[in-house]
Amino acid sequence: MDMSQTKTPVQPVDAAPDSAVSTRNISKTYGAVEALRDLSLEFPRGQLTSLLGPSGCGKTTLLKIIAGLLEPTSGTVEVNGKTVTGPGPDRAFVFQDFALLPWATVLRNAAFGLEMRGVARAEREDRAAHYIKEVGLSGFENAYPHELSGGMRQRVGLARALAVDAQVLLMDEPFSAVDEQTRRKFQEDLLNLVRNENKTFIFVTHSIEEAVYVSDQIAILLPRPSRVSEIIRPTGFRGKGVDNIRRDPEYLDIVDEIWASLRSYVE
Amino acid sequence: MPNRALLLKILSAALLFGAWEIAGRIPVSFAFPTFLESMSALFRMIGDGSLLIAYLETLQPLVVGVVISAVLGIGIGLWVGLSRTFDWLFSPIFIVMQAAPLAALIPLLVLAYGIGLTSKVLVVCIMAMPVIVLNTSSAVRNTPESMKEMARSYLASEWEVILKVVVPAASPVIFAGLRLGVSAGFIGAILAELKITPTGVGDIITFSRSIADYPAMYAAIFSIILLAVLFLNLLEAIETALFKGNQRGYVSD
Repeated sequence: MDMSQTKTPVQPVDAAPDSAVSTRNISKTYGAVEALRDLSLEFPRGQLTSLLGPSGCGKTTLLKIIAGLLEPTSGTVEVNGKTVTGPGPDRAFVFQDFALLPWATVLRNAAFGLEMRGVARAEREDRAAHYIKEVGLSGFENAYPHELSGGMRQRVGLARALAVDAQVLLMDEPFSAVDEQTRRKFQEDLLNLVRNENKTFIFVTHSIEEAVYVSDQIAILLPRPSRVSEIIRPTGFRGKGVDNIRRDPEYLDIVDEIWASLRSYVE
Repeated sequence: MPNRALLLKILSAALLFGAWEIAGRIPVSFAFPTFLESMSALFRMIGDGSLLIAYLETLQPLVVGVVISAVLGIGIGLWVGLSRTFDWLFSPIFIVMQAAPLAALIPLLVLAYGIGLTSKVLVVCIMAMPVIVLNTSSAVRNTPESMKEMARSYLASEWEVILKVVVPAASPVIFAGLRLGVSAGFIGAILAELKITPTGVGDIITFSRSIADYPAMYAAIFSIILLAVLFLNLLEAIETALFKGNQRGYVSD
């Protein structure tokens, strides 16, 4: 497990829409229940794609298949052209319930991914400390998760994902368990992260506003069996600054449009 | 806060010993000595070395049995918790062991293994092991799924998932099982000495009763309880040192 990982240079783009992740004809059945049927989707490199849909539409299932945590019944996932057979160093996961180790300090939690990659202790703690600072938690390196608020815990989860420097970040409703103000701050931070980190983000959410606010591309999933009903690419308001997005007419139109198409699927 | 905890402990001990002293002075039974009489008997036995010699005898089956139970119990518990097959195979054995009326089974053990150390170690193991196995296996089975998924997604091998996630996550319940198991082991050790051959502390209890030296008898019983309490505190200290954040990790979540 040699991970003397230097920043991988971004490959020169040859084809115009360069996908970091592609899912091809993914189906997933649990016994008789069909969670996903023949789902194909492209995730453009360096952008944030949201999987948005009502509960039970299989968005988390799709994310876990991309992560390699679940095996699809049929179909393939490709990350940078390589077929996924399990979890890999090219992807990092941010969990809805944070999934921190309660017996480990913030520093050890943030360094967990590097620890599993066999990075020596001093180096992994250095790198983890750097990302703990990055997410705004410096000073809490030796705190335990139970001493932190929900928002701070998710920052640790984010630091852990950033520390392994994977090209693809998979986020499973990462802000759904934190309070509203913290969520807004997170969303702004996420936009900066997408701009600065040059990573591909796949973001599962059930919040329409959140999806429209943070996404370069929104895939709307409909349930039973899951399929992509629509792909929306907000373009107009991305450059206008985080404070102006929620007032932008295009933002409001897209939110309305998505609600109109999802309304009939909500019990 | 720690001062308050200590104060409460002292207070509860004082209440208990006070009630003992009063009950002894009434007396509730001529065979029930006061606390102070028992303590003076305890110090007498410590002074003349008889208690030390008795414990050298008693601690052999106790320590051997508890160590075997802890190592084997946690091992089997992990195995049972991680594999459905072994759950079916082993769990019934330990449930039967836990429910068995041990005192009635001791003659069988003596018949098979004689009156030596082996039988006594077995008694300690039968008392201590089931609760350790059952606690460990249920703790392992209840490891939060998202923590295991997290470890796998960050490239942990199956072994790393077990060692770095499953075992530490299960540790509070494993330690709870150890505490119960160790207490049961203490009972087992004394039971063996009362039922198989009177040696060690069991001998002091049996002998003192036969010559109506009740303070000495209660002193011996008191000493074994004291030792068990000290040992359980030691276990708690080990747990705290090993998994510091666990102490409140689950409670506050």
